[in-house]
Amino acid sequence: MVASSLKLQELIQEIREAKTQAQEREVIQKECAHIRASFRDGDPLHSHRQLAKLLYAHMLGYPAHFGQMECLKLIASPRFTDKRVGYLGAMLLLDERQDAHLLITNSIKNDLSQGIEAVQGLALCTLSTMGSAEMCRDLAPEVEKLLLQPSAYVRKKAVLTAVHMIRKVPELSDIFLPPCAQLLHERHHGILLGTVTLITELCERSPAALKHFRKVVPQLVHTLRTLVMTGCSTEHSVSGVSDPFLQVQILRLLRILGRNHEESSETMNDLLAQVATNTDASRNAGSAVLFETVLTIMDIRSAAGLRVLAVNILGRFLLNSDRNIRYVALTSLLKLVQSDHSAVQRHRPTVVECLREPDASLSRRALELSLALVNSSNVRTMTQELQGFLESCPPDLRADCASGILLAAERFAPTKRWHIDTILRVLTTAGTYVRDDAVANLIQLIGGAQELHAYSVRRLYSALAEDISQQPLVQVAAWCIGEYGDLLLEGTCEETEPLQVGPALGVHRGGTCEGRQGRPQGHSLCPPPLRKVEEDVVLALLERVLQSHMSLPATRGYALTALMKLSTRLHGDNNRICQVMSIYGSCQDVELQQRAVEYNALFRKYDHLRAAVLEKMPLVERGGPQVNEAAKESKEVAQLSEAAPVPTETQVRGPGYPWGKSMVQLPYPALTLLPSLQASKLLDLLDLLDGPSENAQHPPPLDPTPGDTLIHLLDLPCTPLPSAPIPNLKVFEREGLQLTLSFVRPPGTPTLLLITVTATNTSGGDVTHFICQVAVPKSFQLQLQAPSGDTVPAQGGLPMTQLLRILNPNKAPLRLKLRLTYDHFGQSVQEIFEVNNLPVETWQ
Amino acid sequence: MIKFFLMVNKQGQTRLSKYYEHVEINKRTLLETEVIKSCLSRSNEQCSFIEYKDFKLIYRQYAALFIVVGVNDTENEMAIYEFIHNFVEVLDDYFSRVSELDVSFFSAVSQVFHTSWQRTG
Repeated sequence: MVASSLKLQELIQEIREAKTQAQEREVIQKECAHIRASFRDGDPLHSHRQLAKLLYAHMLGYPAHFGQMECLKLIASPRFTDKRVGYLGAMLLLDERQDAHLLITNSIKNDLSQGIEAVQGLALCTLSTMGSAEMCRDLAPEVEKLLLQPSAYVRKKAVLTAVHMIRKVPELSDIFLPPCAQLLHERHHGILLGTVTLITELCERSPAALKHFRKVVPQLVHTLRTLVMTGCSTEHSVSGVSDPFLQVQILRLLRILGRNHEESSETMNDLLAQVATNTDASRNAGSAVLFETVLTIMDIRSAAGLRVLAVNILGRFLLNSDRNIRYVALTSLLKLVQSDHSAVQRHRPTVVECLREPDASLSRRALELSLALVNSSNVRTMTQELQGFLESCPPDLRADCASGILLAAERFAPTKRWHIDTILRVLTTAGTYVRDDAVANLIQLIGGAQELHAYSVRRLYSALAEDISQQPLVQVAAWCIGEYGDLLLEGTCEETEPLQVGPALGVHRGGTCEGRQGRPQGHSLCPPPLRKVEEDVVLALLERVLQSHMSLPATRGYALTALMKLSTRLHGDNNRICQVMSIYGSCQDVELQQRAVEYNALFRKYDHLRAAVLEKMPLVERGGPQVNEAAKESKEVAQLSEAAPVPTETQVRGPGYPWGKSMVQLPYPALTLLPSLQASKLLDLLDLLDGPSENAQHPPPLDPTPGDTLIHLLDLPCTPLPSAPIPNLKVFEREGLQLTLSFVRPPGTPTLLLITVTATNTSGGDVTHFICQVAVPKSFQLQLQAPSGDTVPAQGGLPMTQLLRILNPNKAPLRLKLRLTYDHFGQSVQEIFEVNNLPVETWQ
Repeated sequence: MIKFFLMVNKQGQTRLSKYYEHVEINKRTLLETEVIKSCLSRSNEQCSFIEYKDFKLIYRQYAALFIVVGVNDTENEMAIYEFIHNFVEVLDDYFSRVSELDVSFFSAVSQVFHTSWQRTG
């Protein structure tokens, strides 16, 4: 019955000899059967061996739960070999989810109170690995006693066990708080490391502990200083740095203690500078310490000089040839870029270099950082680099890169033409990866740039002629050709600015292309030689788009509409177009069929309306797509009134729109009336003319989902009107010139107050060169916007208004001091006065 | 915080594994194969830190053996990198010139590992 049991070595040997997975499984299953039998029969001499084999099988992935009870038996045995394997088994097989784990609590308790170091060590080890909350609570007093044992080995293990206990049961911190201060004076690095970790855990979990431990900052500083300054003992040195692990841990603790606390941060400043300068960064250990130092400097309230030092260290890391270090540097710079933008800008060329790394993790980080570093002065060069990157980057980064470039272009475009060119280029390179609203934005942009219509339509036409596979590009091109087809066919095709021909990427390795600032960047897409575009060719191109397999139904819709519009723009006869429409009248796709049928109707019965209906579109407001989407959802008036508030919010979002709510301008109640009027007019028009006009109005997203309007309604800030308007206050009157203040407290931000200063003039003479300056007490933040003008005409003419934004985070009583300078009746007047009687609602 | 510690060879055989969070046993093998696949596909030129699902993997290759440590976001990657090397040096000392063969006869390694290194976060 008791087969001669294999030793562990032999089992492993057998497994290694197994040639296939199936063979290995067989060997293990046979062995497990043996083991089960032996557990059942109980073989005290060899049970540890059996358990060891079982653990090996467990590691390879085979089920081993039947060994749990055996672990308990072995732990209880007096022999050390048994205990050792038993505890190992407990660590691997038992965890909180097993019911059996509580049974070892008693064994551990017994072992902890015996005096034998090795056994105590084992027990502590196991407790710290798999101790559940109940076990920790039961055994906490024992562990605390062991913290004061004479043996360093046991103390070290006890500290580590305490760390685990705190993680599991934070309430035990009362027990472990007192010994910490004493343990910090240890000389043994292991214990010190454990203690620092313990303190870190305590501080992370309880603010009271955090306050308590701020006292030990000087002690920590002293320890770290000794570590850094004294030559390293061979015992603790790792490639020339003395105990980097301890250094890193102490730095981490200092970071937690110094966060948001001026005093501690000050004590640390010198030390951090010292560590930063004295650590040798040529080996990885030194770099690890430096990295932790940088993280600490970034987090605490450090002096400005120290922060600059941190950024410089990161910059040095970036130049290092070791990729690990560069990765780490890029990650930290990304965190820093929000707070120390200008310092990080200095390293921009190096960051851009990192874009070219073959390593995916590095290039992703470099991409994020580069996008964060784009600002108005470097937008052209950065976009150039990013577009080069877009051409060669792996597919998963393309979407991010494309949207990043488009957003950066949106925020910082120096000219409209450059903006259009950039978007065009992105669409050509990575068309399939752009976001859905890129098409809408581009169309809106082109529509708005009156002078660039001819240029854009020509560029788009040539891009389309080359390649009809990129759907967003095709959609935009089709729309433009439809709208501005007449401009396309008009005679001269000269370009107003010279284009640079040639590959855009190869020209600037090594970073900055400051020299090219003045000229538009080169395009890898060169327009074909300038020749007159023929009508037939245009129509043929659109037909090709219609018929191509690559075109999405949406794209086909665009093309069909464009063809229709061209019937009014072109001068040739419309037979060809009529033919296309009648063919598509029986198309399988319902959307296209509907359009074709309606267009056919336009040709036949409503030919007199055709020209009017297919006129050039007015400029669509940014908020427009939502208005039309809402209208397309249903024609009922009930829904229209629901949709009316939608455009008021979104239209007032203004240029910040693509960035989402973070840049929303707060809506002013006074302005909500105007957009709603516009909206209702638009919707009336839509009711008048059915199908075709709707398509002519045509905002890009053609698949409105019912969910969309709901989302727009739901994620808006709530009602624009404040509950009770604050009364106006007249603050100044002199010789007919009156100054009145009106107040608005936007409901979304309780600390913000908007004041409109209105100056009216009822006297006979004009007030000219009117300048109003405002000062507020220290705790407030004031933003003065540009006035509507600097002349207040006489006899009650148009008043001048100026807007003030005041942030009042402390809700302190508001006082204003105003200084006016102006010319009136040929005299220059200067007035300074204070306004103290502001209504309470303005600042409460 | 360290989530797991693996020593896997190039053929995908696990020599040592230690999980600090509960992972189902069948998921473990899956995890190990995926991890080793992503490590093997890296060339020498690339950096040793990979982003995998919601952890970061820090790996080092020693001959045919990969030591991979999975950590969460709060960890200092370079310190862990150094730590892996420290561990290998300890093994080297213990076995006097350790090789994969020593590691695969794991009982001693496991003991060394579990008793001399506890999760210090």
